[in-house]
Amino acid sequence: MDEALDDFRATTRAWLAANCPPEMRDAAQDEDAICWGGRNWTFASEAQRLWLERMAVKGWTVPTWPEAYGGAGLNRAQDKVLTEEMQAIGARLPLQSFGIWMLGPALLHFGTDAQKREYLPPIARGEVRWCQGYSEPGAGSDLASVQTRAEVDGDMYVVNGQKVWTSYADKADWIFALVRTDRNAPKHKGISFILIDMTTPGVTTRPIRLISGQSPFCETFFDDVRTPRAQRVGDENRGWDVAKYLLNHEREMISGGGGVLGDRSLGAVLAEMDGELDATLRAEAIDCEIDTLAMALTLERYKDQAETTEIGDASAMLKYAGTELNKRRHELVMKAKGSDALAWEGGEAEGWLRTKANSIEGGTSEVMLSIISRRVLGLPG
Amino acid sequence: MSLLPTEDEVMLAGAARGFLDRAAPVTHLRGLRDAGATHNAALWSEMAAMGWAGVLVPEAQGGSDMGHAAAGVLAREMGKTLAASPFLSTAVIAATALRQVSNDRSAKALAEIAAGRLTYALAVDEGPKHNPHATRLEAVAEGNGFRLHGRKSFVVDGGTADRALVLARTDNGLTLFDLPLDRDGITSVPKAMIDSRDAADLDFGDVIVTGDDVLGRVDDAMAVLRPALHAGQAALAAEMTGLTAGAFGMTVAYLQERKQFGVPIGAFQALQHRAAHLWSETEITASAVLNAGRILDSGEDATLAVSLGKARATKTAELAVQEGVQIHGGIGMSDAHDMGFFMKRARVSAEWLGDYSYHAETIARLRGF
Repeated sequence: MDEALDDFRATTRAWLAANCPPEMRDAAQDEDAICWGGRNWTFASEAQRLWLERMAVKGWTVPTWPEAYGGAGLNRAQDKVLTEEMQAIGARLPLQSFGIWMLGPALLHFGTDAQKREYLPPIARGEVRWCQGYSEPGAGSDLASVQTRAEVDGDMYVVNGQKVWTSYADKADWIFALVRTDRNAPKHKGISFILIDMTTPGVTTRPIRLISGQSPFCETFFDDVRTPRAQRVGDENRGWDVAKYLLNHEREMISGGGGVLGDRSLGAVLAEMDGELDATLRAEAIDCEIDTLAMALTLERYKDQAETTEIGDASAMLKYAGTELNKRRHELVMKAKGSDALAWEGGEAEGWLRTKANSIEGGTSEVMLSIISRRVLGLPG
Repeated sequence: MSLLPTEDEVMLAGAARGFLDRAAPVTHLRGLRDAGATHNAALWSEMAAMGWAGVLVPEAQGGSDMGHAAAGVLAREMGKTLAASPFLSTAVIAATALRQVSNDRSAKALAEIAAGRLTYALAVDEGPKHNPHATRLEAVAEGNGFRLHGRKSFVVDGGTADRALVLARTDNGLTLFDLPLDRDGITSVPKAMIDSRDAADLDFGDVIVTGDDVLGRVDDAMAVLRPALHAGQAALAAEMTGLTAGAFGMTVAYLQERKQFGVPIGAFQALQHRAAHLWSETEITASAVLNAGRILDSGEDATLAVSLGKARATKTAELAVQEGVQIHGGIGMSDAHDMGFFMKRARVSAEWLGDYSYHAETIARLRGF
């Protein structure tokens, strides 16, 4: 077993050495370096295009997905090796997208075979870019109270309503959305999960400006949008099951977000800033470093566990602890850099402000704590 | 390297839980305290018979040699019901120290430990905070041996152990001695500790020792002591996660049972969120502590992993017992309730082998602060 894994590591290393363009080996973390793919994607360079193409052929844009749907069918150990080998040469991720992180896992679990064949391979190849239509002006923490409605008209749904906080809605090709298909049922039982092409007449988007400045968030409006019923994932009125499953994935993803600091030691980051830290600030930073190291081990442990058992509601802990920690890290960077971080130019302030959303998006910290107390600890309410 | 428990570890934990619930529930510690005792020799014999005393002793010396992660499994289960035993001092710390030295004396001592016939204490600290390098107890060379003079404080199990590993300052560094506690000139003064466990001050008034009493090499104590401290710190951290789980379990049960204003108090969001936060902390700490055991077993340098485990375990145990008492309200303050035992043991465990700040400083050094 270990021998087979060693072989896999050797061939992976050799393949990456031969195929990863030098320009793609800077482990760049800034927004501009990310390849999101999609119908309207303009590659930043020929190297970026080539890297995506080569990785997609290997199935390594989505390494753990089945080969039939564009992945490479890697197990967790192999996936870990691939990640390690990519990190070893500083290779960028060839593609990032909500299709990979969110819709893909939901389709693999709830989609029909036809839906998987239709939607997954274009995600894996970076040809179609997805966005998520969950929140509404009146449905934030109380997500199940979504009011955007889809009325049946023969083989079609007619969708009317508004979504908010739709990341990259203005750049996405398709949206997966929660819509109300039964207004008389209890709120969790009247929701469906549907897929809508963003070019369908009646879909419009408008960007939202945040305290951190420009943002990927948009408002998305549906005005008599006609979309086939066959584009529903899961049963009609059972969309909440899909939504919950997907939220768990989202929570795991957000919890892992190290922001601009990535996996680097906070101590090293602060030292670089040439900050002569006061004892109080230094102590705060050490506390944060300790919690960061322990959180990283916890993410690994949960990922290993997810190989055999569903993490389920406990993912709320990852989301809660991971995002609160990320906010602390960014607060510390701001304090360490002092007035040097107060101009927009360095980017720290933008990053710091942006992290304030981490404990709101994908379910607030308070909602996470309620999920833990009720569903993990079994407390009443 | 996975932090998930192996099948063997799951079985070991289950067997340990079964035994401890019968032989050493919290009422066992309460009974010892009420009787003015800190230790039950019969309990340790039973643990030894199950291979626990030899958990880190090689099979050649009759040990079960299960490793540090397994020692952590046992320590965690003991912590859940605050089982008092010489496990950490003897089976973990002394056994690890003795394993660093290959000679007949060590082999014999390891065999005696595994058989449950020999117990040890670790005599390192002299002041109120853990700090091996602040050792002032002198070992002055004299003839073929040394004359020891000074005192040690907070020697865990120092009132009941047969022998002690004693850290002393020699001409060019620190030296570790392996001495019987009935050696002429050693006076043990047991203290009535808040956690009802054994700890003593040891006074060394011109104790004559020989070169044979040195464990390892003269002036090179850390070669033997460092691995022993790491093993002890990791196992103590594991015990503290057990303690935390025990206190937390009582707290969650109380949130469900206790009614005020006509509803279970666990229905109040203010308390729900505190319980949920505490549970999150226990999960994160569990990873750090499991990792320490795994790294020790791998043979890699475990300094960072061990300090991370002990630091997190200390902080989380502190939170768990404070929330435990507060959420229990008045009953949590009463001696009739067990929560106080958990709080007191958490405080003693926090200090033993280095508190949060001690380990945080170690981590800071290793992480570039």
